[in-house]
Amino acid sequence: MLTFTFRRLLYAIPTLLFISLVIFLLLDLAPGDPMAQMPLTVPDEVKARMREALGLGEPIHIRYWKWLVQFFWVEPLHMLDSLLGTGFAEGSQRILSWQTRSPVVDIVMQRMPQTLWVVGTAYVVAILIAIPVGIYSAYRQYSLFDQAGTFVTMVGFSVPPFFSGVLVIIIFASQLGWFPSIYDTRLVVDSWSDFGLQVRQMFLPVMVLALQITSQLSRFMRASMLDNLNQDYVRTARAKGLREKTVVLVHVLRNSMIPVVTVIALGVPSIFGGAIITEQVFKVNGIGQLLITAIQGNDLPMVQTLTFIFAVLIVLFNLIADVLYGILDPRIRYD
Amino acid sequence: MPQGDTGSEAQNVLDVRDLHTVFRTRSGEVHAVNSVNFSVKPGELLGVVGESGSGKSVTMMSLIGLLPSPPAEVRSGEVLLDGEDLLKASPARLRDVRGGEIGFIFQDPMTSLNPVFDVGFQIMEPIRRHMGLNKRQARDRAIELLDLVGIPGAAGRLGDYPHQFSGGMRQRVMIAIALACDPKVLIADEPTTALDVTIQAQILEIIEDLRQKLGMAIVWITHDLGVVAGIADRVLVMYGGQIVEQAPVHPLFNDPRHPYTRALLKTVPSVSGARAAKLQVIAGQPPILGAAPSACPFRDRCPLVFDRCHQQNPPREIVAPGHDAACFHPSARTGREVAEASA
Repeated sequence: MLTFTFRRLLYAIPTLLFISLVIFLLLDLAPGDPMAQMPLTVPDEVKARMREALGLGEPIHIRYWKWLVQFFWVEPLHMLDSLLGTGFAEGSQRILSWQTRSPVVDIVMQRMPQTLWVVGTAYVVAILIAIPVGIYSAYRQYSLFDQAGTFVTMVGFSVPPFFSGVLVIIIFASQLGWFPSIYDTRLVVDSWSDFGLQVRQMFLPVMVLALQITSQLSRFMRASMLDNLNQDYVRTARAKGLREKTVVLVHVLRNSMIPVVTVIALGVPSIFGGAIITEQVFKVNGIGQLLITAIQGNDLPMVQTLTFIFAVLIVLFNLIADVLYGILDPRIRYD
Repeated sequence: MPQGDTGSEAQNVLDVRDLHTVFRTRSGEVHAVNSVNFSVKPGELLGVVGESGSGKSVTMMSLIGLLPSPPAEVRSGEVLLDGEDLLKASPARLRDVRGGEIGFIFQDPMTSLNPVFDVGFQIMEPIRRHMGLNKRQARDRAIELLDLVGIPGAAGRLGDYPHQFSGGMRQRVMIAIALACDPKVLIADEPTTALDVTIQAQILEIIEDLRQKLGMAIVWITHDLGVVAGIADRVLVMYGGQIVEQAPVHPLFNDPRHPYTRALLKTVPSVSGARAAKLQVIAGQPPILGAAPSACPFRDRCPLVFDRCHQQNPPREIVAPGHDAACFHPSARTGREVAEASA
């Protein structure tokens, strides 16, 4: 397993380099001008000089190489510096956002907590609901619970968050006034009452996101349980005189979790990626919101870096899913 | 329990009376087991034969509630294990019986073991559940069992997973699980069907050997008549969810009374003598019974069929000592010579 992991990590390097190149070329091909939002009173030659100052005048391979060096060498060194107080990265150029002129990685680090809190909580909540629901729906297939679950998941899966988000704002924020409709990033949680406020402002976006993720996961869980409930080994387990709970929650569940864990692991990068629409609806200034404003502002270094971080996470969690698969299923051995 | 019968019944470890099992499907009911009566004595090996779909497995699974319900429903009858009616037993009691007093071996060893747990865990499960042993004692018992079923290097193999065993070895593991708690009755549902012939012979040997050592009763379901002839003491022939003939093994093979049994025996190709032109078959398909049978279920395929067969379902009648058959035809009562003369 260790050799496998190591080999896969090595393979990931050319993969990621290629992905970064593709992202870079695609963004370069995309139409748009970082100066488009400058006031019209700024003369054209000033704009041209500003473009040059951003490094846009240089040929594409030079720009790509600079970005590579900045991302893989300067930024890690800088991180090391801020951790240990050393000065390795002094004087070297970091990746700067074209919009704000501050380092991209710093902005990402500022936005990350909001996204992790809101989207991460939604993911955890969804897993905690979806797995028991999936198990019970499968065990009592076509029961009232299962039928109701099927209906709710259908609705949850097909209603887009820009609709359900606005809907819950109207119901719970405007009409009932139970929860705020806007997520306040400035809230510092240092007391229990603040914690209560934090929970309340997280509630609606988490609910909208969790509904969607739960719908997906509980279907997976149900299907996987159904696949296993009719297997011969389940009959063997019953013939041993085991309690029904043991049969289902030990024998069937362990087998059913194999594909579901993979799906869960592969979904983790999307937590970091943020939920672009939900973050917009509830004004959560997380990663998704950062990405969309960067795209609107033609902030190519920001878009490039964010997209590449997502790519890294996806490659990484693919590997994690494979490793988990090998751990859960003894029939799979990678070495 | 009726007074007059106590003498003979006390000997039976398992006594099944008038068992009916019905499957409810969307297209109506299917009567899979119809009024089945049989008994097993301690240490006896009872063979159960019949075509696929004749109700052999369903009957045995009905005994200890292993059929999924719905759709299956055991509608009536008594299943007496040492005098205790299992059909009336509580679910908790039934779980004690399953794996504890009645062991079950299934047909396909490839799929009957859980792929994600090592075999040690799977063998120890019933031991810890029924015998209340701690982990260490259960482990010792598991090693002892694997030794008993002839798995070399037993102690070292407890941590192996099912996919690391061959088919024959997996069936030995299944046997070890079934035997884990010294059951009174072992029900083997076509345990050798999925195995090749040499492995089958080994498994038969192990079972025969274990029966001598442990003295449990065995119900052996199969459609392999050769296997039954080799190991069984007594044989039940099932057709259409009913027992159509019951006899000790020698009379059954030498002097079968039911036309179905005769046809079944004719289908076995002979290795000696002139080669038959082609394999013998029983023409037609076994019936799917939408209602409890009101006529002989074999009538459509029977060479000896006559009027009465369409009107009444023949009851099992004693035709010789320890030998009964469910057939109206006179040849069922008189035996082979007459039947052949009249045919």
